Amino acid sequence: MNRKPQVADEPLVVEEGSGEPGSAPRRGFLAGIGAAAAAGLALVAPLWSGVRVALDPLGRSSGEADLIPVAKLAAIPDDGVPHKFRVVTDRVDAWNTHRQLPVGAVYLRRSGDSVEALNVVCPHAGCFVNIAADRSRFVCPCHKSSFDLSGAVNDPASPSPRDMDTLDVEIRGDDVWVRFQNFLPGRAEKEPVA
Amino acid sequence: MTPQPPPGDSALFIPRLLDWLDHRTGYRRLLRLALVESIPGGAKWRYVWGSTLTFAIVVQFITGIALWAAYSPNAQGAWESVYYIENVMAGGSMLRGIHHYMAHATMVLLVLHLMQVVVAGAYKAPREVNFWFGIALLHLVLGLSLTGYLLPWDQKGYWATKVATSIATITPVVGPALQEVLVGGADYGHLTLTRFFALHAGVLPGALIALIAAHVFLFRRHGVTTGGLRAQMDGGGHGDAEKGEEGGDPDAAPARVRTGQFWPDQALRDAVACLAVMAAVLYLVIRSGGAPLGAPADAAEPYAAARPEWYFMFLFQWLKYFPAGTEIIGALVIPGVVVTLVALMPFAGKWRLGHRFNVGFTGAVLAGIGLLTWQAYAQDRADPDFVAAQEAAEADAARVVELAAGPDGIPPSGALTLLRNDPLTQGPRLFADRCASCHSYDGHDGLGGELAEAPTAADLAGFASREWLTGLLDPQRVATPEYFGGTAFARGRMVRMVQSRIAGLDDAGRADLAKVVKALSAEAALPYQAEADEAERGEIAEGAELLSAVGIGCTECHEWHGTVERSLGPVLTAFGSREWLEAFIRDASHPRFYGERNDRMPAFGPDEILSEVEVGLLVGWLRGEG
Repeated sequence: MNRKPQVADEPLVVEEGSGEPGSAPRRGFLAGIGAAAAAGLALVAPLWSGVRVALDPLGRSSGEADLIPVAKLAAIPDDGVPHKFRVVTDRVDAWNTHRQLPVGAVYLRRSGDSVEALNVVCPHAGCFVNIAADRSRFVCPCHKSSFDLSGAVNDPASPSPRDMDTLDVEIRGDDVWVRFQNFLPGRAEKEPVA
Repeated sequence: MTPQPPPGDSALFIPRLLDWLDHRTGYRRLLRLALVESIPGGAKWRYVWGSTLTFAIVVQFITGIALWAAYSPNAQGAWESVYYIENVMAGGSMLRGIHHYMAHATMVLLVLHLMQVVVAGAYKAPREVNFWFGIALLHLVLGLSLTGYLLPWDQKGYWATKVATSIATITPVVGPALQEVLVGGADYGHLTLTRFFALHAGVLPGALIALIAAHVFLFRRHGVTTGGLRAQMDGGGHGDAEKGEEGGDPDAAPARVRTGQFWPDQALRDAVACLAVMAAVLYLVIRSGGAPLGAPADAAEPYAAARPEWYFMFLFQWLKYFPAGTEIIGALVIPGVVVTLVALMPFAGKWRLGHRFNVGFTGAVLAGIGLLTWQAYAQDRADPDFVAAQEAAEADAARVVELAAGPDGIPPSGALTLLRNDPLTQGPRLFADRCASCHSYDGHDGLGGELAEAPTAADLAGFASREWLTGLLDPQRVATPEYFGGTAFARGRMVRMVQSRIAGLDDAGRADLAKVVKALSAEAALPYQAEADEAERGEIAEGAELLSAVGIGCTECHEWHGTVERSLGPVLTAFGSREWLEAFIRDASHPRFYGERNDRMPAFGPDEILSEVEVGLLVGWLRGEG
């Protein structure tokens, strides 16, 4: 039963180039090009589809932001101080559609019958801006950007490149509607997130 | 056909099998290549860092794959699956703990390895390419940390990663597109998790394996850098020269180069160092009881305790020093320049004093990072708002785990709804937002914060409890801001009645009053008073009769189970019960309560200041339910 292993005892002889001696290098070169091209071609479809899926979000603009009813006018104290309200709306998250989900928050400030709205997100790096305990100003808990109650940067050392983002407000009857949208952080101009 | 062992000669079976295996695979040669490595100057403890790093990464692969088998990357399942691993699965807390703290250990080991390489001059020719591989590995590990931080989908990871992806948008030209591809859209959601998970568990570890293989291959090709700092600067080629120079013991000064072997001399030191690393990690895991898990991520809930993991805190602090418009310099330009300078060390090292410069530069950068990190923590410790935010975050984290472990468990909509529907969590927040501009709660704003202005309406802590009612009926206290002091009722009938008639009660009358308080408080059926209410049913029944008695005479103004002379004040039937309190908050101007005598209490229901659900949450908390 003791068979001698047959493998690898004799080295495999690789013949370099076959056929006429003069055409060998040229043939080898063409074969190389062919091999690279075939292999490359074979990878086109998987790579292309993979990259397409990876870049899919780029094509999906959420479109123009809609006005969303955020609060009753009577619910905002007429005290000149911003009050925080949750923004509750339908939200599509990839394969799920959520009905009436809290998607963010706004500060609403009422004086008489007019209302100003600010997005709570800091224009510096996207943290949730707090109103100071004494209600005199806004402070970002992350990098300490500071804003006055109208949302304007009030400290030259603030890292925020612009004032807090104001949002369009419409008062329809008793309801306050806000065009809720987020803006790209870290730049001086307000550019909506696509 | 497998070779059969000769009968009765089983002792030879194993060696023969190995011979066969070697013949078919050539494994012995590979093993020799892996283990037989001569180390000029002998094995040394200071050569262990690379091996401990490899070990740390192997541990991350083992624990990471085990975690993967239980983790679900989606917005309604990520936190929940991590909760399940951490709190329900056998060994889960230990597994997560090891993965978490080994990530920390990897950072420390990377820095030690880098320092060792720089000080020993191991970045110099011919090892430049391997040095760059090392720098690339450093970035891969940072990327693994950054992506891993988000995966539990808790408030901490969510808000800290939001800062990181926000910073990505300031990259010139491609910034916004880069962020969108990374996040999987305009908002954080399912695709953010699937993408971060693919990076964390697929792309980055794959690249890490390839680079480590190349790194180790090149290391073996070049061998250990034996030259110490001194030997290098003295122009000595071999580190062993320094041994001779330094040698305190002349007898021991060797004339020839002593050569050690990787196996087993260095391997023993490496293995002991790996064991020490593991022991340190286990100590951290046991001391902290596993890896932290905050409350589930919530875009609508402020998180003032948002901070990155400690090894990114220096960058966090660094950004505070770049005012408007200069952020890009702090976030991208300066870090880019520093990394480039580090990558150019092999060339700088060629110049006279170049090595000294490199060592000094590395030291300065590390010292700067250390200083910024210390500053970040010192500032946070000194900031009462941050300390409060962190305590609130810890309370939320503990509460959601309590709810998730409760009888109702986690619904398919995710654990976030547990906190959103929890009176204990939402009550204080609603109170601070909507009530604390007039009311106080035990002197604070509901969340423990100071009131912005002096309260103008009653303190509602323990509302309708015996203590609360006893204070209300105390002539000394009824007109203080704790009760009616700040309201129009300060000069009203109720206050006058308490200050005249009740103040004039004799001992027997005061005993009756105590029974009345018990009877009235029993109407609320407060869960925390249930035992006392049950035990003192007799007194409560007496009090219910006394309530309309002449001496005390509540029913002269208030309705009490159908008994009323003139309806002037709120109905006392079911006073403080859930239904009563909800109706009161919805509309205190209702004839059942203050009617047109209502003083500034908004109509929270009709004006939709609070939704039905919110009123229910607020009342649940005020009544101490849940």
